[in-house]
Amino acid sequence: MKTLYFDNNATTMVAPEVLEEMLPFFSEMYGNPSSMHLFGGQVGKHLTLARQRVAQGLGCEPDEIIFTACGTESDNTAFYAATMAQPMSKHIVTTKVEHPAVLNVVQRLERHGYDVTTLGTDSQGRLDLDELRDSLREDTALVSVMYANNETGVVYPLPEIAEIVKARGILLHTDAVQAVGKVPFRLSELPLDFLALSGHKLHAPKGVGALFVRRGTPFRTFMLGGHQEHGRRAGTENTAGIVALGKAVELATAHIEDENTRVRALRDRLEQGLLAAIPDTRLNGHPDERLPNTSNLSFKYVEGEAILLMMDQHGICASSGSACTSGSLEPSHVLRAMGVPFTFAHGSIRFSLSRYNTVEEVDMVLDVMPQIIARLRELSPFKKDQENVPPACTC
Amino acid sequence: MWEYTDKVRELFLNPKNAGEIPNADAVGEVGSLACGDALKLFLKISEDGVIEDAKFQTFGCASAIASSSALTEMLKGKTLEQAEKITNKDIAAYLGGLPKEKMHCSVMGQEALEACLLDYRGEEAPEKITEGEVVCHCFGVTDVAIRRAIEENGITSVEDITNFTKAGGGCGECVGKLEEILFDVLGTKREVKTEPKPMTNIQRMQKVMQVIDEVIRPSLKQDGGDIQLVDLDGMDVIVSLRGACGSCPSAKLTLNGFVQKTLREQVEPGIRVREAS
Repeated sequence: MKTLYFDNNATTMVAPEVLEEMLPFFSEMYGNPSSMHLFGGQVGKHLTLARQRVAQGLGCEPDEIIFTACGTESDNTAFYAATMAQPMSKHIVTTKVEHPAVLNVVQRLERHGYDVTTLGTDSQGRLDLDELRDSLREDTALVSVMYANNETGVVYPLPEIAEIVKARGILLHTDAVQAVGKVPFRLSELPLDFLALSGHKLHAPKGVGALFVRRGTPFRTFMLGGHQEHGRRAGTENTAGIVALGKAVELATAHIEDENTRVRALRDRLEQGLLAAIPDTRLNGHPDERLPNTSNLSFKYVEGEAILLMMDQHGICASSGSACTSGSLEPSHVLRAMGVPFTFAHGSIRFSLSRYNTVEEVDMVLDVMPQIIARLRELSPFKKDQENVPPACTC
Repeated sequence: MWEYTDKVRELFLNPKNAGEIPNADAVGEVGSLACGDALKLFLKISEDGVIEDAKFQTFGCASAIASSSALTEMLKGKTLEQAEKITNKDIAAYLGGLPKEKMHCSVMGQEALEACLLDYRGEEAPEKITEGEVVCHCFGVTDVAIRRAIEENGITSVEDITNFTKAGGGCGECVGKLEEILFDVLGTKREVKTEPKPMTNIQRMQKVMQVIDEVIRPSLKQDGGDIQLVDLDGMDVIVSLRGACGSCPSAKLTLNGFVQKTLREQVEPGIRVREAS
């Protein structure tokens, strides 16, 4: 059975061009770039090239890029740097819809005495910039707002946010893991201080990420050890991963137009097709201020995990915002922040495409989804004509 | 990805007894759309109290659907007395087991069955155990229900209370209270499990000396060896191996495997044994 991969916000296929460039670093080029000998030293040139490629893709200087192991490490590092460098500033501003890589760091800071302002969203997942403006304080150490949401794809207006935050001289971090390669931006024109990205979301392998730190931004090293990354991130470089990330960012830059035209059209075909074919289905997130590849849909009266497992029978890979675990049937924190009704939130499915998806694949999904939803609705005690029957939860 | 058994997969993908029984003799309903899972159970019961048919409608995840289907399979042909004895553990066992995080799906089955039987007898069906004080306000779980789940399922952690009853799985505000209840139930039943108070240095030294003299030395002497206590530094017990042990190639094994293990068991679990240099 062919795999129909619609879960690219979870992880992506390594691009063949990326794989080809990284493979030699597992075999004949296995040297350590820190070594004195030429065998190791020659690898350093490739890291330099990778750094240049990433910088070029983001519109910043190569020395503003620190390679890390993942997006999560990049987020953690930004928070560590901002808080340790400003010990007197004990206030953090973030949003309710951040990735756990930010939310859990913020929660720990809160336990350690930080004041935290968590910005909410409207029903389409958008922030209120006045609320952001009002939240800023003299002692705000860092504002952290994701560039694009992983679940809904909603894109946040980082240029406007940067203007507001930087006017107050406050440090600004963005988790841009989902945005790089999909949302066009140049860091030379976008005055934020930190930006996190992850390799495996843009067709590089897992285990490599990067943190942009603007020149002049106060920094403290999170991972101590050797002198790698100019002493800003210790640990022997993941040479193959870094080379791969360089190539992947270069490709992402080249394909960003394609993402915003062809991939967007595929996404829209899928989304419109499902909304038209399946009654009681709704879109979660703003229809326009959104990544071109993401569609988060809710199917009323059915539960997300059951949908996913039925889709799995057809080789279709996607995600659900419903987490039926540990007796905690709480739907995703993102959908809850948006006030998506419980009746819809439990049946949410996220489709996330990539440039490797085809129109045939989209049509195969369109072909089977209506049956899957109909089958599960048949099993469900809730039907459209008995809307008033289900008792309210005692929640 | 959940590690579901083949039975769970089978009953999810091709559920048996899905649907309604028109004019059912008993109907039991638990959960709601808002809660994230719900089960409606229908029974056809003969005049002499035998369940002739059972069907279900379920809103929920794969294991909720499979649990419901399993329950209906188990119920068919049973007398009401036999049916009454079915617990969530029987449902899970029928499925070849459920992931711990999914045990609440089997609980939902048991609750629907209870509601069904109450309905058959024409008794008012309480939505769940309402006696006692509501501890988890998110899911409306009372202390009586939590105590019962702990006792019936041998639960030893707050996490498992959530897995079995959902209590604590919402806002998490009641987790402290759940801990208290768990401690209370376990404290009266399994006193051995409660943590002993840490020893003072003098108590520890006396106890170490006693165990070495009374247990360890006699045992080593049988093999021609001996041991001497050199010093005690916090949890570090420093000894010197004598006799045959001093030159024995497996002395290291003796130290870690026998001496340290015995001291950990009989004195304190945190003890480390090392040889005097």
